[in-house]
Amino acid sequence: MVKTTSQEILIKNLNFSYPDGQMALSNVSLEIQRGERVAIVGPNGAGKSTLLLHLNGILRGDGRVRVAGLEVPGASDGALRRVRAAVGLVFQNPDDQLFSPTVFDDVAFGPLYMELPPQEVDRRVTRALAWVGMEEYAGRVSHHLSTGEKKRIAIATVLAMEPRLLALDEPSAGLDPRARRSLIELLCTLPQTLVVSTHDMRLVQELCPRTVILDQGRLVADGSTQEILNDEVLLNTHGLERP
Amino acid sequence: MHYHFLDPYRPAKSVLHTLDPRVKLVLTVAFILAVALAPTAAWPLYTLLLALAVAAAVAAELGVTYALKRALLALPFALAALPSLFTLPGARLFSLQIGQWVLTATEPGLQRVLSVVLKSWISMQAAVLLTATTEFPDLLVAMRAIGVPRLLVAIFGLMWRYLFVLVDEAIRLIRARDARSGSPMGQGGRTVWWRARVTGGMAGNLFLRGYERSERIYAAMAARGYDGEVRTFPQPPLNIGQIIVLIGGLISLGALTLLGIWFW
Repeated sequence: MVKTTSQEILIKNLNFSYPDGQMALSNVSLEIQRGERVAIVGPNGAGKSTLLLHLNGILRGDGRVRVAGLEVPGASDGALRRVRAAVGLVFQNPDDQLFSPTVFDDVAFGPLYMELPPQEVDRRVTRALAWVGMEEYAGRVSHHLSTGEKKRIAIATVLAMEPRLLALDEPSAGLDPRARRSLIELLCTLPQTLVVSTHDMRLVQELCPRTVILDQGRLVADGSTQEILNDEVLLNTHGLERP
Repeated sequence: MHYHFLDPYRPAKSVLHTLDPRVKLVLTVAFILAVALAPTAAWPLYTLLLALAVAAAVAAELGVTYALKRALLALPFALAALPSLFTLPGARLFSLQIGQWVLTATEPGLQRVLSVVLKSWISMQAAVLLTATTEFPDLLVAMRAIGVPRLLVAIFGLMWRYLFVLVDEAIRLIRARDARSGSPMGQGGRTVWWRARVTGGMAGNLFLRGYERSERIYAAMAARGYDGEVRTFPQPPLNIGQIIVLIGGLISLGALTLLGIWFW
């Protein structure tokens, strides 16, 4: 089977259960092209975060996962490192993502692990912080920032790695309307392929032309956001509501 | 800018605040070493060292009493020296009878205890001054620069980062408990045993949350390429003025130590 080069993610028959036996993903198949913006929606516990963690090999289930041209399960250490450089994963809770003493250290973490020279690391940190509008925060301590500020910096920490693909877990959770608005505007400016796990349907409507519904570990719908958001029965069946 | 109540850093623009953290760290450790090496009952030497600490506090624009008071925190640990009051041989001061045991306090014993208490108090002041004039991230950089094992420094860094998160989480837990500890009659609260069990449950809850958080943090680190090796930026070399301060400080502290060894 010949695939076009613009394919960014290919997931085929992916199954995953947690060590306690709980089934988190069952027979998920998904294909995403370069430059697409895809929302993964579904109720709590549907397996959205679990699926995102498969995109760069943090979790490895049974099945095929191919990201940025690299096979993820069974990848060698070097290949895994390349996958992790290609996929920027932004976690739901910025306190988990920002683990370094200062904002600068946090944004520099990824580039440092890519073995870039110090000037290049410096340049990337400045650029990533400028992109999210947080240039003046480099010397700050993450603990003293607001949730919205932390969120932006969490995004900068992966932008500094210049990934081809961004995977965001619940990006708008816990944000007030203004912070949420400016976050959506920021996400709209990003050129990368975006995979966003959320149940913020208005964010989905504004940001992602394509939507995938996940429920109890199964992929139950995949189509254009407009069609899915208009299908009230489908949304209600899976614990979602129209924006 | 808002500072957490646990953060000992006191922002200012004093000489000590602007001194390179590496120099400060080395001098603080050297100072504590000099205090530790000072012989028992070398009172004039202690006075000199105390004067140094107070002078540094004044130079840091923290006021004379700031470090003096904060350093008292170390006193309970100095109690470990208390047994030597009774164990050192020498002129008898007083005796205590506990059951069939007789404890005899001696003059050398008293001198030893007072010296230990005084020395730990003075050492503590240096540490208080270091943390009050240096932001913790800079201190971590300094530790790395002077060769403290990187893994240890990374653990300090994570501890520092999540101490506040954990404290905030504990405060939220306590608030949630207090919010539900009402009673229409304004009394109750059940037994101490019951309340202790609730507190134990809260501590366990906090531990589990911390444990789960650590897994998420590890995933976040791995997602950005962490491979078990701690990587950091190289540091710029010290300038000539800072080298002079460093060497001058080390020589003075060395001289004080020698003074102590020769005269007492």
